[in-house]
Amino acid sequence: MTPFRHYETPLMPTPLHTRTAPLNRLNRWGNWAGCMTPLCFGDVDMEYTAIRNAATLYDLCAMVKYRIIGNEAADFLNRLTLRNAAKLAVGAVHYTAWCDDDGKLLDDGTLFRKGLQDFLLCCQERHLPWLLDSAKGFEVSIVEVSNQVAALSLQGPCSASVLSAAGFDVWGLKPFRMGDFPFQGGTLTLSRTGFTGDLGYELWFAPDQALALWDHLMEAGAPWGLRPIGSDALNLARIEAGFLIPNMDFIPAHQALREDRTRSPLEMGLDWLIDWDKGHFTGRRALVAERARGSDWAFVGLDIPGNVSAEGSILYHNQKREVGMITAAAWSPALKASIALAQVRARHARGANLWVEIYALRELQYAKLMLPVRVVERPFFNPPRRRATPPARV
Amino acid sequence: MAFCDAIILGAGVNGLACARRLQQAGLSVLVLEAASEPGGGARVVEFHPGFRAPALAHATMGLDPRLARLVPVALHPPMVTIANGLRVVAGQAEGPDTVAWSRLHTRLTRFAHVLAPFRRMAALNPGGGNDRLALVRRGLALKLLGRGELRELMRLILINVHDVAEDELTDDRLRGLLAFDATLGAWAGPRSPNTLILYLDRLARGPFPLVPVGGMGALVAALSTGLSIRCNTRVARVLVEGERAVGVALDNGEEIRATRVISALNTRTTLQDLVGARHLDTGLYRRAGHIRMRGGAARLLLALRGLPDLDNPAARHVLAPSSRAVDSAFDPAKYGQVPQHPVLEFILPSVLDPALAPPGAHVLSATVQFAPHSPRDPDAARAQMLENTLKVLEVHIPGLRAEILHARMLIPSDIYTLYGLPDWHHGELAVEQMLFNRPLYGLHRHATPIEGLWLASAGCHPGGGIEGAAGWNAAEALLEARQ
Repeated sequence: MTPFRHYETPLMPTPLHTRTAPLNRLNRWGNWAGCMTPLCFGDVDMEYTAIRNAATLYDLCAMVKYRIIGNEAADFLNRLTLRNAAKLAVGAVHYTAWCDDDGKLLDDGTLFRKGLQDFLLCCQERHLPWLLDSAKGFEVSIVEVSNQVAALSLQGPCSASVLSAAGFDVWGLKPFRMGDFPFQGGTLTLSRTGFTGDLGYELWFAPDQALALWDHLMEAGAPWGLRPIGSDALNLARIEAGFLIPNMDFIPAHQALREDRTRSPLEMGLDWLIDWDKGHFTGRRALVAERARGSDWAFVGLDIPGNVSAEGSILYHNQKREVGMITAAAWSPALKASIALAQVRARHARGANLWVEIYALRELQYAKLMLPVRVVERPFFNPPRRRATPPARV
Repeated sequence: MAFCDAIILGAGVNGLACARRLQQAGLSVLVLEAASEPGGGARVVEFHPGFRAPALAHATMGLDPRLARLVPVALHPPMVTIANGLRVVAGQAEGPDTVAWSRLHTRLTRFAHVLAPFRRMAALNPGGGNDRLALVRRGLALKLLGRGELRELMRLILINVHDVAEDELTDDRLRGLLAFDATLGAWAGPRSPNTLILYLDRLARGPFPLVPVGGMGALVAALSTGLSIRCNTRVARVLVEGERAVGVALDNGEEIRATRVISALNTRTTLQDLVGARHLDTGLYRRAGHIRMRGGAARLLLALRGLPDLDNPAARHVLAPSSRAVDSAFDPAKYGQVPQHPVLEFILPSVLDPALAPPGAHVLSATVQFAPHSPRDPDAARAQMLENTLKVLEVHIPGLRAEILHARMLIPSDIYTLYGLPDWHHGELAVEQMLFNRPLYGLHRHATPIEGLWLASAGCHPGGGIEGAAGWNAAEALLEARQ
């Protein structure tokens, strides 16, 4: 009998753990998909500043990954997801999302097309039963490769220069494109993708390459101040970029216990993903009906006066009636503004007479603030260097 | 390329009932049937030269009254049941429990009558959109039971039939009959929960089994009259264009277009095979795969040289000596084994309709419980099931074996292979698969997410059993949507 000793390691160390652990001076770890991942190495402000001004390394190994291969892989993905996978070029990546029958979001993620019939789907939550059931009737095989593919995110305005110094010529790589690069006798895949809204890359490789790659990048990146970052700093950057996180900005429909907590892509501002003309996909009928009927909720970016973070605050119309909830908020160092992402009743999506009530804990007493908010465009922060090809040599 | 208002897939009783109702409403209807003749579960087959018998259902507990009004079918007088030697007709039973049986029958019949109208209306919808007036009327009927009786109904409605048999009766022979009739066709033993409601459902249709004059074949013929039915026509898929059903493609490549397609075929087959994953949401496709359809009923047809020595050859004979015996017959089946002493009911259709057998010869038609559902070795299980059944029958009819010209035993796997079903039933009649959960929540009003595709099989509310109610309900739902 196999001895099951999983309880001894309630959180699994990632392939990079032996490198990240000694650097984690605060010993701040978080649970991401059952893995032990750093929240902050020492100073969240320094880590955030490195994302926007230098280069950073982030352990992405915990990302949930599915390899989808087969003659009908694109057809299957078209049935599963909102976007048209058939239109995704080989060597390209797109952001997408998928729904249940009721047109409510299950998750969002990135889809990598490695070959005509070979895809990698990366997301936060686990979906294997749903993917396998969606695959019935399609000539496709789906394997979870979360533990077989390790990943690192290298983000920041200097990231291209760091990669170049490390021997990876990424100057020609456009956003949402990927390429294979040799590394120490093997190969790794490099994609110009990320979760910071800045210039950045993600590296995908075998777990046994992890430590060597980390050492190699840290050494090559030292002149640019390359620094490991944790999820706290990344979260700040992603709020500025206006990106969603399941279970923070919306509750995946398969996890929601309360019927009214699920949200559709239309309600989460993801209508631009939907290819209405590609044929049937799961949730399409419900979404067509919702489009005709109008959505109940909207997802908006907010500009909030002052500098008190509005995390978890309630939105009011005319300071009286509850009309929404802030799902993520932060003081944005890049914008010098208090920004927030929020779910709001659809009829208040334009933000007229919209207020936020912030309970700021001040030495065991709440200071209550009722502040007028302004609905603003997302992303809040969208620098041209994010798209520039080739990126500036710095 | 033909065109009509409605194509109905499957010329079983529900397909035919649906077709008759739609035709009555003025729609042009085409019924497609894969077999060489219509009838489905009521079809009569020649299982031995000169010997004909209903392959699946040898009697009905009564046709849906709406269908019966449209299609009058002559019936033989109500059947007497000889249960383990006791004569039982509805509430009248011989033996020491005469009074108790009558009391129990009266009470359960009253409950059944209160519930019966729910079977003939669209399945209740928890989200609203119900016929309010009808609901008020049904609610009033429940209230008129009186407080004590209503409480009693609530106590009994989800109880197991074995407990009721033990509480209310003392005679094992009647306990056995009650347990047998409640679990007939179900994948449940008398001690399984929610089995009394199956008996109430049976009583809601009528107190005794009925056989049409001329046999089940005459019923099929009456239902088929005036319909345009294409037999030997197998549908390969439902044509879906722009999320709408526009017709069907046959296995020979021919396409038939219609405004609507109504499938009286199995729900899972319809959705997963005929429509296919590409046109369906994953959740629905998955749920269609989870409809429970098991059944433990085996069918035995015997071609006999002469009339067996029976007191009442025209009766239905039930051999289920006690409720425990029924339970003991279910137990091994759960584990893929053949019971030593199966329980069964049999009739002699040729006594009522001599044309079913050569002169002087007879047909014995038995439904035997419980056969293992998917045994590892079907041939061995079938042989064992036949042997054990004949042993039971021989005790009741001495010298039976010598009279047998031919014996045909169908175990569940034979039945679903023969009828092209994924499993025995279109949907097990079980409390969690009734009303708005039949065939699946969301499909309970017969419409599917594919516009123009409707469901009408016995897998729909209220169920099967040679009644035609599900097919009729489907037609009503379709006609209501058309208005």
